[in-house]
Amino acid sequence: MTKLWHTAGPVLSILLVLALLWYGAAIALNAAWAKDKASRIDKTLSFSELVADTMSQEKPLLPAPHQVVKEIYETTVLKKITSKRSLVWHSWITLSATLLGFAFGTVLGVLLAVGIVYSRAMDMSVMPWVITSQTIPILAVAPMIIVVLNAVGVSGLLPKAFISMYLSFFPVVVGMVKGLRAPDQMQLDQMRTWSAPKATSFWKLRLPSSMPYLFASLKIGIAASLVGAIVGELPTGAVAGLGARLLAGSYYGQTIQIWSALICAAVLAASLVALIGMIERITLRRMGMVQ
Amino acid sequence: MNETVISAKNLSLTFQTNDGPVHALKDINLDINKGDFVSFIGPSGCGKTTFLRCMADLEAPTGGSITVNGMSAAEARMKRAYGYVFQAAGLYPWRTIGGNIRLPLEIMGYDKAEQAKRVANVLELVELAGFEKKFPWQLSGGMQQRASIARALAFDADILLMDEPFGALDEIVRDHLNEQLLKLWARTEKTIGFVTHSIPEAVFLSTRIVVMSPRPGRIADVIESTLPRDRTLDIRESQEFIDIAHRVREGLRAGHAYD
Repeated sequence: MTKLWHTAGPVLSILLVLALLWYGAAIALNAAWAKDKASRIDKTLSFSELVADTMSQEKPLLPAPHQVVKEIYETTVLKKITSKRSLVWHSWITLSATLLGFAFGTVLGVLLAVGIVYSRAMDMSVMPWVITSQTIPILAVAPMIIVVLNAVGVSGLLPKAFISMYLSFFPVVVGMVKGLRAPDQMQLDQMRTWSAPKATSFWKLRLPSSMPYLFASLKIGIAASLVGAIVGELPTGAVAGLGARLLAGSYYGQTIQIWSALICAAVLAASLVALIGMIERITLRRMGMVQ
Repeated sequence: MNETVISAKNLSLTFQTNDGPVHALKDINLDINKGDFVSFIGPSGCGKTTFLRCMADLEAPTGGSITVNGMSAAEARMKRAYGYVFQAAGLYPWRTIGGNIRLPLEIMGYDKAEQAKRVANVLELVELAGFEKKFPWQLSGGMQQRASIARALAFDADILLMDEPFGALDEIVRDHLNEQLLKLWARTEKTIGFVTHSIPEAVFLSTRIVVMSPRPGRIADVIESTLPRDRTLDIRESQEFIDIAHRVREGLRAGHAYD
């Protein structure tokens, strides 16, 4: 019990502090509108009336936490998941693009890294382009990708997955180049003394050496992938997905809806990163690389 | 027994660096006979490791020639003529001790049953039987180095090249491993090339001691040991041992190793 408290205690304390700060900020930010409403009907609000009003506005500047929690509860548990108002349905739309884009990005990243490590020409030429690709704001590129792909008849899941890939391949390339180069000169010399073919030293030495680097990259990659999928949903006219919920929310000033979509995206990202972390622990333990 | 296994003729190696050429080896002439235990001793920069790496085709000489088993060093490497032990054990952390020793056997295409037989055999040879399923981090530094020697012994190579294999270990472990190495050499009848910068180690282990000196890397003296092949650590207190050690020291001094 004490042990549980030692791990849960600090986490809960921080959560409590954050919730208090949030409530404080909600009161401060929403007070102006509450006073405005009251003055129009010639009424002065007592402090408790003011607080009560700031906690229950329909379109508050900053919704109170319980309003967001209620909204999330209503749009997940109480809605059928096939409903277009269900946050689970929207999350799944975004998640499927995220996972597909993440798979593309990982494959592309690993292939580029292998090329960079084994080909001098690629080593000299590819990396600057990879870095340049990430300096262009994704918000500028995303609509073009959607429009161009749409023009050649590709729409739906794939364009969003491409945007996810665009963001997620980068950490994988950087991490894998470092990982595949992790074996030191001695280990490479050793392979040479056994006159091992290049493919053998790749599969038996370079690839296993790169695993800790790969997992570190995958954790960044999957979070970036989710951001990519959400950004990819913005220019499609807000049809479906968490990005669409964000956009629709901002069109109609539905701040509670925006915040619930944001929190949903955050929880999704945290779960995905935790999932990769779990696969990492299992894999590295099976490889004997963690004690 | 006087069959030449490794032969260097006027061997030279010059590295081109930004500060001008560095003569790592210059006009090295040496024959190593089958079954010999040859140590290379000298200060840092005398080219002893570079010479060993030339034998292993890990460096390309810029002059002269070197043959291993009558072939060029490159051909000998392709034919897997030697096992090479580096200064660090270099075991793969994701493989067990058995898995690490199996690695060269897998690369060389031995079948599964043969692999298992050889792994058990060499583990027994380096006194690590029972450690097959352990991971490297579960072993001490000395045990890891023994495992790396076992790995170099696992396949059929008559030559064992060792580059300061015990350099990173403490003296007590080192003494023990030196004794074990001699037993192993007696049992396997391999030809051993051994780089060290410890005079007692060189004298204790070798049938021949090659004293090298730096700038340019060259051979200062070759000392034939008069000690019997069968030795124990006690021999280091004998007058004969002290005399040979003295001659090695003289050779180092003549080569300006102490300057």
